[in-house]
Amino acid sequence: MGKTNDNLIVDGKRLDGRAFYEMRPITMRINAVENADGSAQVAFGNTEAIVAVYGPRKLFPRFLQENDRGIMRYRYNMAPFSCTDRIRPGNSRRGIEISKTSRLAFEPAAFLDDFPTTVVDVFTEILQADGSTRVTGINAASMAMAVAGVPMRDLVAACSVGKIQGQLIVDLNGIEDNNSEADVAVAMMPTKDRLTLLQMDGVLTKDELFTLLDKARENCMRIYDMQKAAIKNSFKQNPDAEAAVEADKGEMQ
Amino acid sequence: MKTYAYDLLINDKRIDGRAMEEYRKIGIKRGIIHNAEGSAVCTIGSTKIIAGVKMETGTPFADTPDEGNLVVNAEFTPMSSPDFEAGPPGEDATELARIVDRGIRESETVDFKKLCIKPGEKVWMMNVDLHIINHDGNLIDCAFLAAMSALADTKIPKLQDEKTIMRGVYESKLELRHNPAEVTVCKVAEKFVLDPDKEEEEALEAKLTIAVREDDTICALQKQGSKDVSMDDIKHMVEIAIAKTKELRKLLK
Repeated sequence: MGKTNDNLIVDGKRLDGRAFYEMRPITMRINAVENADGSAQVAFGNTEAIVAVYGPRKLFPRFLQENDRGIMRYRYNMAPFSCTDRIRPGNSRRGIEISKTSRLAFEPAAFLDDFPTTVVDVFTEILQADGSTRVTGINAASMAMAVAGVPMRDLVAACSVGKIQGQLIVDLNGIEDNNSEADVAVAMMPTKDRLTLLQMDGVLTKDELFTLLDKARENCMRIYDMQKAAIKNSFKQNPDAEAAVEADKGEMQ
Repeated sequence: MKTYAYDLLINDKRIDGRAMEEYRKIGIKRGIIHNAEGSAVCTIGSTKIIAGVKMETGTPFADTPDEGNLVVNAEFTPMSSPDFEAGPPGEDATELARIVDRGIRESETVDFKKLCIKPGEKVWMMNVDLHIINHDGNLIDCAFLAAMSALADTKIPKLQDEKTIMRGVYESKLELRHNPAEVTVCKVAEKFVLDPDKEEEEALEAKLTIAVREDDTICALQKQGSKDVSMDDIKHMVEIAIAKTKELRKLLK
């Protein structure tokens, strides 16, 4: 991926053919990890994250327990094969920081006070990285937490915005991210209109930043609707399964 | 946490009688470590951080063969606070180092091309190490002032030959292209406050660190703290930071 001197904008379109304020195709799926209390898999274009949530469950060792509230642990990890260069397994400084900021993106949303001495464990694995991995992880984690039954004030929806070659854009892919003039990660509780994560690299004027934040807010709202739809759908009877049951009945008769 | 400091802050008052947007006394002294290529100590009130720059030669990254590199590290020494324990850098130390790193890197203060010795083979690797000596709140702002002051003090060593660095003999001063400053704007209830001491820090709900260049462009953002904020809060915090960095920048001259 790396740095490039090539144009990132050709004929008013981005390299992957998108308009400046267009997101990549998004897919969302619930129940991606059987063992977990809640799980989800989300893809933004080629960026793919899978998240499993366990808990609220009893926290051990006991000295880590808080008597007046539950705690959250968030692990953001990139699979070794997720990038063009192999990622060395183990903690990286980047991973530690993203894990922390992602956890803080959920702490305002989750009612952890209702679960003293417990922990909610969120495990995020980036299977394939093509830019905007932390926000993809947060979108999946939000759905996984909802399915796990962790009470939340609102779903958390996240997206990236930024600037390439003088142009403001949304949902940066890998090559745009590596060659961006600025990239901003935003997470929100969309229906509450509250920000829970904000990180920025690069150089922006104040007005550009505020314009991008408004774009991010619009997109978070869209993502929120998709999350909600995906969660609701997962509780509907699976039509394939129904068809299979019908077919079985037919054979038995 | 609803403490004495909290009760004061929500009434626009502070423990030591300062105004809400007033910093404690800031002291900066450069060139304090002779063995370092650049160094500085910064104090804000009784918070004290020493920054040292060490330069070594190394091989460049594959995608930037003609650029040197810079790494910021932070050590929360156990001497600096009863809350810190010895050991590898934790989440908070990693986050602090990366926020300072981002402010320096993204503002394009250091011209990495000038740190190239032989393209594709040898470049200067700069290590900026931040040593917390005493923790009384507002570590990030203090660390950034210390790091920038140490960089302003940095001299590039002479090379005897391809392999050997002549320590103590210098080729030139490190050139800084910009003069960024970082301000962490803190929020408690509906009040905004700058430069909290440790007692006040415990009462805070959300923080936003903002790096601003001398041309008033924003070059890094990071939200911290466990509460959410509104879009208007962010805009207000950015305005406060832009005004305040003008003041801090004078100290870096």
